[in-house]
Amino acid sequence: MTSTPVVRVDAIRKTYGGTIAVDEVSFEVRSGETFGLIGPNGAGKTTTMECVEGLRTPDRGAISVLGLDPGKDRYRLQGRIGVQLQEAQLQKRIKVKEAVGFWASLYRAPIDGDRLLDQLGLRDKRNAWFMTLSGGQKQRLFIALALINDPELVFLDELTTGLDPQARRAIWDLVRGIRDRGKTVFLTTHLMEEAERLCDRVAILDHGRVIDIGTPAELVRRHCPERTVVVSTADPTARGRFQAIPSVVSVSDQGPQLTVRGRGEDLVTEVIQCLSEHGIRVSDFRTDTPTLEDVFLRLTGHHMRD
Amino acid sequence: MLRGLLGLTWLEIKIFVREPMGVIGTVGFPVLLFVVLSRLLGRRAAAPSPGVPAYVSIDLPIFASLLIAASAVLSLIAIMAIYREGGILKRLRATPLQPYTILTAHVLVKLLFTALTLAALVLVGRRFYPVGPEVPLLSFTIALLACTVSILSLGFLIASIVPTARFAQPIGTAIIYPMIGLSGLFVPVDSLPPVLKMIARTLPSTYAVSLLRGIWRGEGWAAHGGDVLMLAVLFVVFIAISARVFRWE
Repeated sequence: MTSTPVVRVDAIRKTYGGTIAVDEVSFEVRSGETFGLIGPNGAGKTTTMECVEGLRTPDRGAISVLGLDPGKDRYRLQGRIGVQLQEAQLQKRIKVKEAVGFWASLYRAPIDGDRLLDQLGLRDKRNAWFMTLSGGQKQRLFIALALINDPELVFLDELTTGLDPQARRAIWDLVRGIRDRGKTVFLTTHLMEEAERLCDRVAILDHGRVIDIGTPAELVRRHCPERTVVVSTADPTARGRFQAIPSVVSVSDQGPQLTVRGRGEDLVTEVIQCLSEHGIRVSDFRTDTPTLEDVFLRLTGHHMRD
Repeated sequence: MLRGLLGLTWLEIKIFVREPMGVIGTVGFPVLLFVVLSRLLGRRAAAPSPGVPAYVSIDLPIFASLLIAASAVLSLIAIMAIYREGGILKRLRATPLQPYTILTAHVLVKLLFTALTLAALVLVGRRFYPVGPEVPLLSFTIALLACTVSILSLGFLIASIVPTARFAQPIGTAIIYPMIGLSGLFVPVDSLPPVLKMIARTLPSTYAVSLLRGIWRGEGWAAHGGDVLMLAVLFVVFIAISARVFRWE
């Protein structure tokens, strides 16, 4: 039953004063998937997520989460979801084990806090004050608090922002672990690499609007079908041979390096076939595959981080 | 959700005592001030005598008690501002906890420390300001807690308007201390200029002073039903306004 929607958001809108933060946003999160809301800072990701969590009320539109209305059944919903908030803190002098213990006391059937801390690599930090934890440790503690009630649906808002690459990778592994336990994960990120590595499906958000929804591969195929192959060769016939390939659009050269641009997934195969067919010797070969970053640029005309 | 309330209250007590400056400011300051004042005035403090103003001879314990309440309120305002700015309030709200549970826990912590400070005051001040058997200490404690609750409700209102944690202390101080000045402790409310008199009538400290004074003198609760009523009314009004304007983030 991977197609059952766990979250259904239907044309929600949220304004603050004169600014429209979220504009007619609709999407679904399916059971068991990792769904990402991606877009630059200020695109409306957090506002949308907090409406789904029941922390904010949209001005218009309807939301259903696990069959509940987050506006009306907020407290029942809180028992069944796990939440990690962007830029949230805890009391400076709360101990790790106290936070986990207190959170566990708020739910009917919490899982074992000590085991959870072990799994998240926080065993040695059980007695440490929150203020003494590193950024990565704080985020792992917030993951622990989000998982303590064994929720069906986990919200992660900009989980790795501000972390160094190593801590980020460690957190990614943990998020994959949550998904592997069969939980639905709903996350936001402005890091396209994070979205590509973690998300089964993404919705691209810009200026409060959903621009497109799909798997990362689908979105790339749909919006950035061009592929690029860069070949270094001394063979003077290579350029002409490549131009003869039907899917090739253009070939340009910088000295011995030829940049072959074309459309469709078959481009790379066709270039390789062409090379072997004609016995062209190459000293270097690399492909450039478009990423979600390129999709975003294509769709919005601006970069993610501006 | 009683379990959550007790759990959070206990947690906040532990967190509060881990911060030395907070404890010194809330508990230590009123006790220290009381001891210093009493010591300066020697044994004369306890009884009216020439050269000692009436507000010192009679109202020193009232003044000290009001300071305890004021410290509790200032501490609450600062904590609310810090918790809001740090997203702690928001994080606590993203749980099955009811919003009022989160705030009530802080009120309970403040009341506990108010009672403890009062006890410390009586113990430490014994040498300089002996409390006679005619003073109903239990009633006085209850009265002080009631006053503190009423003043704390004003604290929530102030905490709602404080823009950032940095402004919490100055804004809180700028409201709370003049409030004590208007409370009738130093100048009788009736002899204040009309505008100030009107302001004083809307502040819980005014009724707090009247109630605490009366209970200290042994006048009993019945004589001060009006004060209790006004403290309750102001509490309801301030909480009602706070519930509308309190910002969680």
